[in-house]
Amino acid sequence: MFNKIYDWVDERLDITPIWRDIADHEVPEHVNPAHHFSAFVYCFGGLTFFVTVIQILSGMFLTMYYVPDIKNAWESVYYLQNHVAFGQIVRGMHHWGASLVIVMMFLHTLRVFFQGAYKKPRELNWLVGVGIFFVMLALGLTGYLLPWDMKALFATKVTIQIVESTPFIGEMLKTLIAGDASIVGAQTITRFFAIHVFFLPAVLFGLMAAHFIMIRKQGISGPL
Amino acid sequence: MHRGKGMKFVGDSRISAERKTFIPKDYSEYPGKTEAFWPNFLLKEWMVGAVFLVGFLCLTIAHEPPLEKIADPSDTAYIPLPDWYFLFLYQLLKYTYASGPYNVIGAFIIPGLVFGALALAPFIDRGPERRPSKRPFATGFMILALAGVTFLTWESVAHHDWEAAAEQGKIVADAEVDTEAEGYKLMEANTCLTCHGNELQGGAGAPALIDVELSPEEIKDVIHNGRGAMPGGIFTGSDEELDKVVEFIDSIESE
Repeated sequence: MFNKIYDWVDERLDITPIWRDIADHEVPEHVNPAHHFSAFVYCFGGLTFFVTVIQILSGMFLTMYYVPDIKNAWESVYYLQNHVAFGQIVRGMHHWGASLVIVMMFLHTLRVFFQGAYKKPRELNWLVGVGIFFVMLALGLTGYLLPWDMKALFATKVTIQIVESTPFIGEMLKTLIAGDASIVGAQTITRFFAIHVFFLPAVLFGLMAAHFIMIRKQGISGPL
Repeated sequence: MHRGKGMKFVGDSRISAERKTFIPKDYSEYPGKTEAFWPNFLLKEWMVGAVFLVGFLCLTIAHEPPLEKIADPSDTAYIPLPDWYFLFLYQLLKYTYASGPYNVIGAFIIPGLVFGALALAPFIDRGPERRPSKRPFATGFMILALAGVTFLTWESVAHHDWEAAAEQGKIVADAEVDTEAEGYKLMEANTCLTCHGNELQGGAGAPALIDVELSPEEIKDVIHNGRGAMPGGIFTGSDEELDKVVEFIDSIESE
C-alpha cells in the first residue's frame, strides 16, 4: 500500500534522489561512538539541533495560550502553568531547553575549536556557526521578557540601558527595540514577541540550513 | 546523467520516464570501520536522542519553571538579574573601569574583542596544525577566555543576594486592603508602608503583610523588637494605636 503510493508520487515527481542524497553518506569510524567512546564529543552538534527542535515545537504550543500584552502576558503564562493540563511541562521544556541549547552549543563550539576543525576549508562554516551562536543568545534575551514578570521587566530594562549606551546610534537602537524613547511597556513586549517568534527564527533557519549544507558538501573533518 | 536524444519524459513534464535504481553505496573500501548513515548510524543517533529526551523530561518534571509576580515598574528596589549565561557580561559591567564613564569599554570594547576574535579564529589561527598542543596560542587564549568567563560568572553568583532575590519576586496573593481604616492610616503615619508597600504587598526589603501567620502577640513583638532587616522601635504611637495596627494586620486575608 505504502509502496504503491510512494511509486505513484515518485513517477510524477522523482523524489527518490532528493532524500537519497541526504540519506546516503558515510559515517567515518573516528566520529562513531560505537567504535571509539571518546567520539561522543561529536554528538554535541546534533544534540544542539535536537534541543532546537524541542524549542520550536514547545514554542509553537506555548503560542496557543500566550498573549503578548502587558496585562495578559503574565496572566496567560500563569494560567498555562497552573491550570492547563501538562502546561507546566510544555513551559518547562521551553524554559529549561533554552538553557540546554546554550550548554550544548557551548560544548559543540569548544569541540570544534580545540580540534581545529574550523581550519581551511571550513572557515565559512565556522562563521555561520558563530552567527547561530549570536542568534541563540538573542533568542534567550528576547524570550526572557515575554512572561512579563518582575525579573523579565527589570532584566530587560538593564538590557535596554546597555543598548542605549551604544556610541552614536544608542538612542535610535533603543527606540527600535523598545518601541519608545522612554517607556518599556506595551510596545516593547509586542516587539520582543515579534523578534523572538518571527524575525530571529527566520534568521536561525537560514543559518542552520547553510550550516548543514556546508557539512554535507565538505564532509566532517578528519581525525586528529 | 543521461543527455541528448532518446530521452523519455513523464507526460509533458521534465521528470525522466526512465527509473534509476538506487543501490546503497558500499563503504567496505573506505578507511576503518566506516558505516552508512542511513539506516545504521541514524538508529544509533535516535537511541542517543531518546536517552537524552528522557533525561530532559525528568528535569522538566522535577523543576517547575520559575514565574515571579507580574511586572510592577513602580518597584524601584528590585535587584535585576539576567539569565545565567549573561551573568559574566553583567558582572563585567560592575567593575570601575568597565562601567560609568568607562561603560564603552565594558559593554562594547571587551566583549567585541573577545567575540570578534572567536568569529575570526580561522583567519587568526591559520597554520595547518590541528592538535591543541601544537597550537599553543589558540589553545592558551581559549583557556584564558574560559577562565575569565567562569570567574566573572562565579563572582556574579557570589555577590548576588539569592534570598532577597527569591523574596522580592514572590507571587503574592491579592487582598482587599481598606485604605480608610484607622490601622492603615497609622501604618502610613509610622512609615510601615514605605517598605511593606501601599497594598501591604511587600517589597525588595520587606515581606508582604497579607495572611500573616503570627499571633497578635508575636506581631506586637516584631514591631517592638524588629526582625531580620527591620529594626525595632519604628512604630512611635501609643499602645492603643499599636493594638489597632496589630488588629488591622491580623485582619488582612487574601481573597
